[in-house]
Amino acid sequence: MSLPMRTADDDLDLWLDQQTQKSLLRFLTCGSVDDGKSTLIGRLLYDSQMVLDDQLASLKKESRNRMVGEEGIDFSLLVDGLTAEREQGITIDVAYRFFSTDKRKFIVADTPGHEQYTRNMATGASNADLALVLIDARKGVLTQTRRHSFILSLIGVKHVVLVVNKIDLVDYDQAVFDKIVADYRAFAGPLGFSSLEAIPVSALRGDNMLGQSANTTWYHGPALVPYLETIDVSEDRSAQKFRFPVQWVNRPNLDFRGFSGTVAAGSVAVGDEVLIASSRKPAIVSRIVTMDGDLTSAIAGQAVTLVLDREVDLSRGDVLTRPGETPEFSNQFQARLVWMSDEPAYPGRSYLLKVGAQLVPATITDLKFRTNVNTLEQTAATKIDLNEVATVTIATDKPIAFDAYRRNALTGGFILVDRLSNATLAAGTIEFGLRRAQNLTYQSFDVNRDVRATMKGQKPRIVWFTGLSGSGKSSIANLLEKRLTAEGRHAYILDGDNVRHGLNKDLGFTEAARVENIRRVAEVARLMADSGLIVLVSFISPFEKERRLAREIAGDIDFAEVYVDTPLEVCEARDPKGLYKRARAGEIKNFTGIDSPFEPPANAELVLHGAEEEPLALADQLHGWLKI
Amino acid sequence: MTTPSLTHLQTLEAESIEILREVAASFERPVMMYSIGKDSSVLLHLARKAFYPSKIPFPLLHVNTTWKFREMIAFRDSMAEKHGFDLVSHTNPEGLAGNVNPFDHGSSRFTDIMKTQALRQALNAGRYDAAIGGARRDEEKSRAKERIFSHRNANHAWDPKNQRPELWRVFNTRLNPGESMRVFPISNWTELDVWTYIYSENIELPSLYFAKQRPVVDRSGTLIMVDDERFRFEAGEAPRLETVRFRTLGDYPLTGAIRSTAATLPEIIMEMQASRTSEREGRLIDSDSVGSMEKKKQEGYF
Repeated sequence: MSLPMRTADDDLDLWLDQQTQKSLLRFLTCGSVDDGKSTLIGRLLYDSQMVLDDQLASLKKESRNRMVGEEGIDFSLLVDGLTAEREQGITIDVAYRFFSTDKRKFIVADTPGHEQYTRNMATGASNADLALVLIDARKGVLTQTRRHSFILSLIGVKHVVLVVNKIDLVDYDQAVFDKIVADYRAFAGPLGFSSLEAIPVSALRGDNMLGQSANTTWYHGPALVPYLETIDVSEDRSAQKFRFPVQWVNRPNLDFRGFSGTVAAGSVAVGDEVLIASSRKPAIVSRIVTMDGDLTSAIAGQAVTLVLDREVDLSRGDVLTRPGETPEFSNQFQARLVWMSDEPAYPGRSYLLKVGAQLVPATITDLKFRTNVNTLEQTAATKIDLNEVATVTIATDKPIAFDAYRRNALTGGFILVDRLSNATLAAGTIEFGLRRAQNLTYQSFDVNRDVRATMKGQKPRIVWFTGLSGSGKSSIANLLEKRLTAEGRHAYILDGDNVRHGLNKDLGFTEAARVENIRRVAEVARLMADSGLIVLVSFISPFEKERRLAREIAGDIDFAEVYVDTPLEVCEARDPKGLYKRARAGEIKNFTGIDSPFEPPANAELVLHGAEEEPLALADQLHGWLKI
Repeated sequence: MTTPSLTHLQTLEAESIEILREVAASFERPVMMYSIGKDSSVLLHLARKAFYPSKIPFPLLHVNTTWKFREMIAFRDSMAEKHGFDLVSHTNPEGLAGNVNPFDHGSSRFTDIMKTQALRQALNAGRYDAAIGGARRDEEKSRAKERIFSHRNANHAWDPKNQRPELWRVFNTRLNPGESMRVFPISNWTELDVWTYIYSENIELPSLYFAKQRPVVDRSGTLIMVDDERFRFEAGEAPRLETVRFRTLGDYPLTGAIRSTAATLPEIIMEMQASRTSEREGRLIDSDSVGSMEKKKQEGYF
């Protein structure tokens, strides 16, 4: 490896210019500690002189009593991680290492090899152009080799280097190497890597690392570092279809409106006609603005600000494309998921989905099958556990612009986020769109309750709370609404406060007025449920007759009467609005429980005991019973 | 192949700009840490580029221990005026009242009170939900695993074992109330990248990085500059003029100078390539104990 020049005689400016002109290669290392992965990375850092004098001195000290090469250093110590991990003797995460030669700068994602770290490997692979798949020459192709290779193909890493390590421990035997390479090629064929190079190395001794080893005269391919320095991994992203996700609207003053973002694929020039993917509205690019001056064109990977020739409705999350090159625009697609959370995935659950700058609520509508990462066998499943890979269909709340992941990772790769904890739950790769939303013809079907309910991904229903004032109806309804909303459901509470003050403000408290009050509320609840909502009605509704009326109005809509059974003494002691006090003092007439009766429901679907448990526990109980 | 492609510095620059824009677009109250050093200078330059022709849409926060080199403060103020950004400076008022200083309280307690605690105060006072910093993954082992968007709980603490997976460039910027994010746009830059970028973009730096005659005392091999009259001399100690420069900038009594004649950027880069000691060696706060940086980070230090 040629090193940065160190002598004062060298032409400094030339060297500096060379430093600014290097290309960048990101690669991933797959393999376990036993395969010599840490030693390999440590060797790369050492050979590229990235190890500094003070680090080297402490390394030599630490390397005593360990297996070392000629240099007297245990290279694996160089890639040590966090203290918590060091103490536990495990590697739990992705670590990034950096080294460079005169030709290239390298960013290495170092990921653990065991099955329980599939998510970490997927994470590391997501930004890698190339992967080193390590094999211990003594052991050959193992189950983990297959797993690593499958994940690489899943995440779309195109270039693989099969590093057959510890070749010194099999006496530099060509037959061993050839058999491993043949075994690997036989199984990796269908995974569709664009390039596959196999190199026999000893990371510990340095064979075939920087140059040809005298110990493997039978090997005529490149040594590892020269290969990494020269391999062309550019997919020619600039030649692909133009994609520009708008990240930020740049508006310093009324005279300037630009759209800032990074060109994800293709290229764009001043004068080009572009289209907004969602609305199909066209515009012409009038300027490409950067702080270094306007550009005439920009290519994939450049962060720029585009100015268009006309006023268009365009904001963060939109994608600019070109006529004839538009991405898919749909609210349903098939995708593969790598599940990254301890909490399993279930079909029907709602999550947040982020692709590019678009963030939308989304639901897994169907779990087609799970793929065993070791055997590639596909099996039926009802949930997805941590580190499992599954093929699913996903519906988003509104259409989004995307591409198949194999065509464009930046517009086809997404994450799922938990709506409550905001944790990142899964990485997803879109396979294909299932329905083109722009082709939806609204005449082709009647918009009815089922259609609206499917759009919302929920079953509309009416939950009718009955019980004394102060029994806890509203508290429970509020907590249930919060939980449903957090889960991505669309719910609404109808109660005295929001109905009596508006819709029913003309009604008093005579018996006829009370019946009319309930009738109107029941009708509104039915309309809301018909529009797809989960409606929570919280009214004292003391009379059996009124409740029966509400049930009849609901018709074929699922109706559940929930009786919050709290003894009068408890309600009166709580008296949150001071109403009992006023009723007892005679200030309020016809007050339920005091001078007007409450008829306990005989056929409520569910009874909640308001004096025995906290509202939160009761809301949870109700949530479980509703099976939403 | 004749396809136009980007150099590694162009790629790093574009990615950092994308990260900065994502912060501006996703958070309610972002802030950028400004420590006046070379990494901060690069960050400032990138932020100006990210939002041009708009001004930087968030304030820059400087945690002032009152023990910074005087030139740093002058440089800071001149940058704020030149580039028109909002500058927020914060000093721990209790630390100031108690005259907390590196001489009487030691580097560890001084750093905790005037840096870590002061930072927490400033972040709480500004109710910032995202704080952008100039840390790099090549600086220190514990940083190698930190995310670009690094989640902090309501106490500003980092949980290294429970980090969110970070895939492609799809960043999860969602927070619960009270939580915040630390964002590191130059995570993937190395020290050499920073210097070559400064060189190619002609970024202005405090002159402390360049060799000059300065009054220093030698404390067991570490050269400390006598920057003002508050310096405590030990018995028999006297400042003497030496040609030195600094590889990192911080509190002057805690920042070691190196003997050097490198007075231009190319000379500095050259010297850095030839020298074989790691950057943080000149920072006294790291040498207290093994894994000390990781511990500080868990407590909220940048």
